Amino acid sequence: MSPTATRVNDFTIKIATVNGTGSASANTLLMKSIFRSGIPVVGKNYFPSNIQGLPTWYEIRVTREGYAAISGRVDLMVAMNAETYARDVREVAPGGYLVYDSTWPRPALLKRDDITVLGVPLAKLCNESFNGVRTRILMKNICYAGVLAALLDLDLARIRELLAETYAKKPQLVESNMKAIQLGYDYARASFECPLPLKVETMERTAGNVMIDGNTAAALGCVFAGATVAAWYPITPSTSLMDAFKMFADRTRVDKDTGAHNFAFIQAEDELAAVGMVIGAMWNGARAFTATSGPGISLMNEFLGLAYYAEVPTVIFDIQRVGPSTGMPTRTQQGDIVLAAYASHGDTRHVCLYPANPEECFYMAVQAFDLAERLQTPVLVLSDLDIGMNDWMCPDLKWDDNYRPDRGKVLGKEEVRKLKKFYRFLDVDDDGIGYRTFPGVDPKAAYFTRGSGHNQYGAYTEDAAEYQLVLDRLKGKWATARRLVPRAVIDATANSRVGIVSVGSCDGAIREARDLLAARGVTLDYLRVRSFPFSEDVERFLTAHELLFVVEQNRDAQLRSLLTLETTVEKSKLRSLLHYSGLPISSAFIVDGVLAELQPERMAQAKISGVPA
Amino acid sequence: MTFIAKPKVAHPSLPRNTLGLTRRDYEGALSTLCAGCGHDSITAAIVEASWGLSLEPQNVVKLSGIGCSSKTTAYFVSGGHGFNSVHGRMPSIAMGANAANRALTYIGVSGDGDTLSIGLGQFCHAIRRNIDMLYIIENNGVYGLTKGQFSASADIGTRAKKGETNFQPPIDPVLLAMTLGASFVARSFSGDKQQLVPLIQAGLAHRGFALIDVLSPCVTFNDHEGSTKSYAYTREHYEPAVHADFVPLEREITAAYAEGEVLPVTMHDGSRIVLRKLDAAYDPTNRAAAAAHIQERMKAGEYLTGLLFLDEKAQHEFHQVNSTPAAPLNSIPYETLSPGSKGLEKILARYR
Repeated sequence: MSPTATRVNDFTIKIATVNGTGSASANTLLMKSIFRSGIPVVGKNYFPSNIQGLPTWYEIRVTREGYAAISGRVDLMVAMNAETYARDVREVAPGGYLVYDSTWPRPALLKRDDITVLGVPLAKLCNESFNGVRTRILMKNICYAGVLAALLDLDLARIRELLAETYAKKPQLVESNMKAIQLGYDYARASFECPLPLKVETMERTAGNVMIDGNTAAALGCVFAGATVAAWYPITPSTSLMDAFKMFADRTRVDKDTGAHNFAFIQAEDELAAVGMVIGAMWNGARAFTATSGPGISLMNEFLGLAYYAEVPTVIFDIQRVGPSTGMPTRTQQGDIVLAAYASHGDTRHVCLYPANPEECFYMAVQAFDLAERLQTPVLVLSDLDIGMNDWMCPDLKWDDNYRPDRGKVLGKEEVRKLKKFYRFLDVDDDGIGYRTFPGVDPKAAYFTRGSGHNQYGAYTEDAAEYQLVLDRLKGKWATARRLVPRAVIDATANSRVGIVSVGSCDGAIREARDLLAARGVTLDYLRVRSFPFSEDVERFLTAHELLFVVEQNRDAQLRSLLTLETTVEKSKLRSLLHYSGLPISSAFIVDGVLAELQPERMAQAKISGVPA
Repeated sequence: MTFIAKPKVAHPSLPRNTLGLTRRDYEGALSTLCAGCGHDSITAAIVEASWGLSLEPQNVVKLSGIGCSSKTTAYFVSGGHGFNSVHGRMPSIAMGANAANRALTYIGVSGDGDTLSIGLGQFCHAIRRNIDMLYIIENNGVYGLTKGQFSASADIGTRAKKGETNFQPPIDPVLLAMTLGASFVARSFSGDKQQLVPLIQAGLAHRGFALIDVLSPCVTFNDHEGSTKSYAYTREHYEPAVHADFVPLEREITAAYAEGEVLPVTMHDGSRIVLRKLDAAYDPTNRAAAAAHIQERMKAGEYLTGLLFLDEKAQHEFHQVNSTPAAPLNSIPYETLSPGSKGLEKILARYR
């Protein structure tokens, strides 16, 4: 066993349990108590596509620097699942710790002499203190939280406070949970030297922040955007977005006097119908959205083409998961970048927004509605499972009460009456966007929406010139979109000729990797794409750098493909760093990838400016 | 094709409805369907029914999928918005549109291919969701635009124009709708305007999903000998079972009915339908018995027509179930919908 240096507020705990045994409550409790101690945390849930009985892991990274990604190492493992003991033990970093349930001693565990093994008879302690099989199983998991509280020096009063909030309506549960916590806590204090060199010390770095997952934040965005129609088909990992919308709508959208629901929540028969309902509702003047994942986007292709060509605003959240096909529904990936950009047959292209964290999910959700209505086209918000289902520390979401939805070019009764004649698809303003009307306004405002060939007046056509005129105008609209979409986030302060280009949830790992690389003398500029079409600053950044690492979470370098298709960048400048295991990307992965590319070059004296020799 | 605009000249002597509009005001673009197509007769019946009900043209929303039938939404009520969506997916567009604005009148027109093959799933779920709309199937047993393939409503033993015989059992939309809990199920024939017009009016007055399956012969691909969906065959085998007279809100029931045969039903808006049983053994208010009767007659080669099932007391119309407000969702002011910055702060307290 090697001695461990004291590591305050900078380590990773991983907890291995069996799903369906209540470990989620214990893990949330631990994470939140650290967060409430003012210390930034990262929580990642690695769960199976299963209801009960399969291995599940929860990782809590305590990060005083406030990094948003996983570290790629485990300092303390809580091994509660016999089935995965072997691999869990292997995963602990040298010098780390392993807590396990010593009710059943496992001498095989002691094979590693470079870690400290801490046995706690959790089952025995709980069996002696609680009755009922289910209660004992649940309490065993709460009990390890008590053990960790002692080992890491967590404040028990804070844990009690959290339990009291969670079980506000069932106070008896606060006591039973607290009893289990105390059991573990006392045992650890009596048996081990507490706290460990890994420990938490109160900081002041979480004030003004929340711990929230991206799906909840996106759902909030939909509420604040004024969405009234939500249609969906259940699919992991997007379901919690719809659940959250329903929860917020139930709380904030029910008329106190009449009991009327100022929203419609429709569980569709499949994703085709879900997006059809969104299109129908948006066409008819309500703000509507759906949330889905890759398989759902595949099914929605047909309707996406219609919405593009018939110019109906549509808002879709794609919470990406591992593909292809059913893939791994509870693992994360950025595998729909190309699919979403060009979904459907014929010349189609769709506005995509790429949030990097829950905070952006909130703001981009609102933006998605405004863009969809302004541009009269589908907007896809490409989140992923990592953002959507894990709790992230984010600055408080803010709301400007002056916000009013941008409904885009919609003509009301009076405006229509002033017109001699109304034509839906005329490019009056030379920005590629016509004026639309909602049903019920005036007989003069009526027009025919169709996915078949139509001319700029809205009539059916099979005339070559008429058809092409509309298709070309849509291209003009795309140019307008480029001006309206969110710009990329660029940090060129390194003034390097080497840059990182990335998208979405890679952001946290990249920020940390840049710090780690800078500490080794490798400084890199950074561009994070936030929309498709690419804003103009993307092209400039690509041109200005000699070598670009494109970091993304898929096998086929989809962002890189899109960049080569849609910008003038030379392919040879783009080096892919591809992470597609289904687990979130770590900073270590990026550091290793960058160094592997740059070091040999440096040794060959092909010095790249910005990378010191 | 629907680009041929019809000149709109209203002769002063043309009769006007309570809005002061003539039948011409309820027409649309010129039909480009084949001469004699049953669908055009249905279009005419919709025009007549809408005019008769004095619908505000702008409050009519016309929805369709893909196919000959789906083109027809361009041929009536030009003052109403139309949405010609994708094949078999009209019900989901209708659902979304209806969710957004419950105050409008929704007329969906589909075909047997659009409804019973590619769109069967959406059709079933539209019935389950009980969208307040009139859903007309222009049923001719064949795919017209792709030149005469059998559809899912083709009867066993019917012959295609090219000679082959169909051996697969048909899907009957009427029986299907009754099984799925539809509260208004009717069947008619494009050639029987007397029956069809009041049925359309009753369907529009019904709160919830109203299905009318209209046998509508395809003169080009399915009007030959050996076809069970030809004009001749349909005329011979369709059997009016229940006639529905629609009595608008402001009018008295004036027609004389024979005792014991009539059943007046008050619709949710106060208008009435007087059901006249032409087949004494048939009960249009008993779902199971009606379905059994329809099936029995079908085995004998007869198509029962008329308002075959009606449950005006059904309480599961989409907006009723979802407790939406009386005002359309698309009309609720943003200020009512947003919890505001104060509301957000309150919500975020849970995430600290």
